[in-house]
Parts: sequence; structure tokens; C-alpha cells
Amino acid sequence: MRNSSMSKNDLILLFCFSAAILAGPIILAPIGAGYPDLLQKFAIFGIFALGFNILFGLTGYLSFGHAAFLGAGSYTAVWTFKLLSMNPLPAILLATLMGGLFAALIGFICLRRSGIYFSILTLAFAQMSYNLAYSVLTPITNGETGLQLRQADPRILDAALGRDYGAVLPSSDFFGIDMTGYPGFYFCAVILIACFFFSMRIFRSPFGMMLRAVKSNQNRMNYTGLNTRPYALAAFIISGMYAGLAGGLLAVTDPLAGAERMQWTASGEVVLMTILGGSGTLLGPVIGAGAIKYFENIFSSFNEGILMKAFDFLPESLQHIMVSISSLFVGEGWHLTLGALFMLIVIFLPGGLMEGFNRLRTWLGNRTGGGDGGAVPDTAPAPSVGGD
Amino acid sequence: MDAILLQVLNGLDKGGAYALIALGLTIIFGTLGVVNFAHGALFMLGAFCAVAVKSVLSLEKVTLDPTKTTAWGTPMEIRVPYIEAWFGDFGATVLDFSVPISIIIAIPVMLLIGVAMERGLIRFFYKRPHAEQILVTFGLAIVLQEIVKSQFGANPIPQPAPDLAKGMIDFGIMVGFDAGNIVYPAWRLIYFLFSIVIITAVFAFLQFTTFGMVVRAGMADRETVGLLGIDIDKRFTIVFGMAAVVAGLAGVMYTPILSPDYHMGMDFLVLSFVVVVVGGMGSLGGAVAAGFMLGILQSFASMNEVKTIIPGIDQIIIYLIAVIILLVRPRGLMGRKGVMEH
Repeated sequence: MRNSSMSKNDLILLFCFSAAILAGPIILAPIGAGYPDLLQKFAIFGIFALGFNILFGLTGYLSFGHAAFLGAGSYTAVWTFKLLSMNPLPAILLATLMGGLFAALIGFICLRRSGIYFSILTLAFAQMSYNLAYSVLTPITNGETGLQLRQADPRILDAALGRDYGAVLPSSDFFGIDMTGYPGFYFCAVILIACFFFSMRIFRSPFGMMLRAVKSNQNRMNYTGLNTRPYALAAFIISGMYAGLAGGLLAVTDPLAGAERMQWTASGEVVLMTILGGSGTLLGPVIGAGAIKYFENIFSSFNEGILMKAFDFLPESLQHIMVSISSLFVGEGWHLTLGALFMLIVIFLPGGLMEGFNRLRTWLGNRTGGGDGGAVPDTAPAPSVGGD
Repeated sequence: MDAILLQVLNGLDKGGAYALIALGLTIIFGTLGVVNFAHGALFMLGAFCAVAVKSVLSLEKVTLDPTKTTAWGTPMEIRVPYIEAWFGDFGATVLDFSVPISIIIAIPVMLLIGVAMERGLIRFFYKRPHAEQILVTFGLAIVLQEIVKSQFGANPIPQPAPDLAKGMIDFGIMVGFDAGNIVYPAWRLIYFLFSIVIITAVFAFLQFTTFGMVVRAGMADRETVGLLGIDIDKRFTIVFGMAAVVAGLAGVMYTPILSPDYHMGMDFLVLSFVVVVVGGMGSLGGAVAAGFMLGILQSFASMNEVKTIIPGIDQIIIYLIAVIILLVRPRGLMGRKGVMEH
């Protein structure tokens, strides 16, 4: 019954998305991203950005505190590993729940205000969680060192099932499959696809329509006698659950949780991912997350030697100048690139990459004389596109 | 009683910094209607003006002394800052007073940076949604911060206060307590007085000059002022520059209290935003009052007696107050109706 209500285009999109994600190791190999550690990050941050997009893209509420939910999810997952079992299922389940719980608490307060008040309130809450995780909550979060697994952890469920990890530090495993490398990636990938499906269902549902209405004119909604807050709160909680899930998965692939995951730069990063890809679009956030993580990986691994080689074709004096300029942006300076990218995207392409693709298509369509319309995967009310 | 007074004093310097940054933020809100997330970066740039001035002043002349040798057998190097070599004792004094002297340099530099920022970037964002303003200034803050990091490194660079102001002041004697009860670093008191002076100057400028009158008129009704034939945009650009100078000076003078590093701006920005929200968006008096209030509350919360009752309260007090204020008085303490509401 569910599928019967899905349009054909959506089915095709979902199918293509799943195929692209599952074939990720092969497709991304030529650009040097076909190894599991990076692919896992793509998938996990894709989930994070998908969730953020449900809030920001649909309702227009700009939260600057989503990293708090990510961090809460990570801590919960590591604690589940320590106390219950090394199986990732309970860990991510509890992490998702914890993310939702946090979001419900914070959202209940923050959603009383909108606009920039909302942004600042969420930021305040995230900073509060971050500060607490570093100071008073040290027994739970292990402060600056970060929460780690220990050999002596109880792991009640594992013990009840008679599993013994011996004298080595256990790593998470899914019924015997070790959650590192490709199995870890496929675990995340399957969850990402499920999240994508869920997000697509929200986008197409009356609920999603309501959220868009909140974005376009909340006053009018109120005048028609509708209380919009429960809808916004539901969106906030859902996106908090996505963030918790992503945090849990981070802990599954690498069982360590630190407070720096809650820092507001992390919140800023997910905002950037969503904006870069195109907020309010279905695919955009995943593409944005992938792009950022990919460039982070590439740029931060560059050093002067590689740059010298890259500018080898120039005369020597020019080569040195180019290298000294561009070395500002790579390696340690990756954040500079990130900031500059942030500005460029907001200034020139507020609709993100998806808007860029659309513009390109319209432009190409006009050049060849009369566009064919094509399959438009996203019916989101895109921020007004210049071309006509 | 003296313990309470000591905590009030402790909060004043931090409160002064909050108030100065929040004042600039509010002025920018009120005039340009822009949410400036890069304001903390301006504070940080000001602090690094002091660092730059200090490092220029202490450029050293290296001479070899052939009569003495080091433990390695090489001739002993004698390092004398040029300024001391040229001007003798006067030079040494100048070097000692590098932080206050930086103010003279920082004013034109920050004014230039502020005007360039407004003309080059911010003015294109007047008509765009607040979310985009937040995002673009956030990006700018990261860029500025990373540039400073690449030039000055990631470690804090301590800046000494002048010898005159290094000591402690026994504040207790002045107000009639026993000696030794309330001793307080002199520089912090100077910072507090400095912030009061700057705040008074800003208010006087807006209140008693024709320029300030036009700016206030522009804040109230931009369109009408434009219809009267006044180029309000040009004035607002200068106002932005002024806000940048205020933030920069707050940064310069704060360096002896907190060694500047590249992310100090971000730390202060988050708090200053909270201050602005608590004070009431668009209310200058509210920003100043809330800045000092939160600074003092924070220092009370870090008293050991309070911390034993509610552990961790010192870390979260400001955020907690902000949440309570926003829920009880959504417009902030002195917020005006119709400002930044939608």
C-alpha cells in the first residue's frame, strides 16, 4: 500500500540513489575516494545533513545547535557498547532515541521563538551541552579524553549470551561481522538509504506540505486557526533523531566519543553541507555532505611537495608564488577553504549545487532550443531561480 | 560583604568586554538590520593589532660581542630592540606601553576593515533573509580567523600590561574595608574604566552630534530620512566602521587579561549574542546593562560556595539566564516593540 502511493519518479529516484550508494566503492574509486573509511563518513554525514534538511529545508528554522544531538547520540552509543552489547543495533537504536529526547527538550523551549532568536537559542543550548560535557558531566563523558571502551566493561547482554572478547579490546560487530572497513560502510549505507526513503516520504506527505507552509508564511497559518508549533516541534525532533542516529553510527565505526563533536563549528559544518547541496531538496544534503567530506580529505592531505608538483609547468619563480599562495588553503588551512566556500556559496548560489544543476540544465535546454522538461526529481519550492 | 564586592569587581572587566561587543552588534542590528556573526572576529582582529604592534616595536638589532662567548664558543649575541637602541629610555617606555599605544594604530585599522567589510560584502545582504546574513558572516568569521591563524600561529600570544598597571590595587582600603580584603589587578580596573569611557563616547556621539541624530533618525525610519535627501547608506557605513572600532578596541585592551589566540573571537561572539538577546535586540542601553549583568553573574557563579550547591553552574549560567529571559520576556530586558520581529 505504501508503494502504491509513491509516484513513478520517486521510485526511480530511490532506486538510482540506492544503486549509486551501494556501488559507491566502485563509482568513487576513480576520484580516489573508494576506500571504506571515507565512504563511511559520506554515509554518516549524509544522514546528519538529511535530518538537518528536514528542519531547515522544510520549515526554514535555522538551528545552530544540531551538533549537540550528534554528540548525545555518540555518547549514548558508546555507553550502550560498554553496558549492553557490542552489537551496533541496540547502540544506534538508543542513540536515535536519545537524539530525539534531547531534541524534544531543547525544541520545546527554542521553538517558542523564531528567526534569529531561534538560531541563537539553539546555539546557546549546544554550547551549554558542550561546556557541561567538558566540565561537570565528566563522569559520563570522560571530559577531554573522550569516552572510550574498556576491556573490563560489563556488556550485560554479551555476557548473558556467553560472548567473551578475551583479552583484546572489543570492536563493534553485527552478529559476527566486524563493523570496520566495507561491512561498516554497507551497514551505514543501508541505513542511509532507509533514511533517504523516510525523508522522501516526509517530503511528499501532507505533513511535509504543512512544514513548507510554516516556512512560507507562519502568520497566515496561525490566522487560519492552525497551531503550527506541534508541526515544527515534530520536524525538530525528527531531525534530532537523524542527528542522534548519525552520532551513533560514528561511534559504531569508531567507538570513541568526544565533546568536540558538540562544538558549534560542528553545527556550522552541517549547515554548510545542507546549503552547499541545496536546502529543501531531497538529494542536495547528501551530495553536500559527500562533497565537503571529500574535499576535506583531499585538501587536508595536500602538502607543499604535492603543490610543487602540481605547479610544475610554471616557471620557477611563478611556481613558488603559486605554491605559497595555495598552501594557505590546504593542509592545516583547510578551514580557510571551508570558510571561503561557505561565503561563495551563500553569495552566488544560495540554492546550492542542486540549483546550480538546474540552472545549468535550463541554460543547456535554452541553447539546444526548447528544453524537454526532463524528470524533475525535486518538487520542493526551490528558492527563486534566476533563469526562465 | 567584601566577598560580594570582590565578585562584582571580578565580573566588571568581562562584563565590559561583553558590553562593548554587544553594543557594536546592537548598533549594526539597529542601523543596517544585519545579523553580524563576524563581530567576534573583529574583536579578535583588534587583539591581534596589539600583537602586531608589539612585535613590530620589539624588532631586535642583533650585534655580536666579540669579547664574550657563549657556552658553545660562538660570540655572544646581544639583542636590543631597535626602538631602545634609537631612543634609549624613551624607547623602552614605548615598548612597555605597547598595549595602550596599539589603540592609536587599531582605530584607523579597524575603521578601514569595518568600512571595507560593509562596502565589500554586507551591503549586498541587506535585502536577503536573515539566515543568509548569518551564514555569510559566519563564513567570513571563519576566513578571518584562519588567516590570523596562518599568520600568527595557533598558540596564544601573551601581551604584558605596562609595568605601571601590572600590580594589584587594594580596593578595600578605598571603600573603607580592612587592608588586604579586596585586592584586585590594576589592569582589570583600567579595562572597566576604559569600557565605560568608550560606551559613554558612543552614546554621546549618537545623542549629541548632528551625525548621531541623523543615524538615530535612520534607525527609526530609514525611508523618511532618505526622502529628506540624506544619504543614509553612507552614514550607516561609517556606523558599521565605528562598531568595528569599538569591538577592536575592546580586543586590544583585553589582551593583557587573556592572551589572544585565533579563536578568542568565536568564544566571545556566542556570549555577546546571548548578551544582545538578553538585553533586547536593538536596544543599546539593554546591551550594555545586560553585558555587565551577565559578566557579574558569571563571576558569582564561579564562586566556590555557589559551585558546591549547583555544580557546573559557572559554565552554563549565561545560557540559562538567556533561556529564562527569552521565555519570560521574549523581547529581552529592554527590547522595543517591532524591532527584529517577524
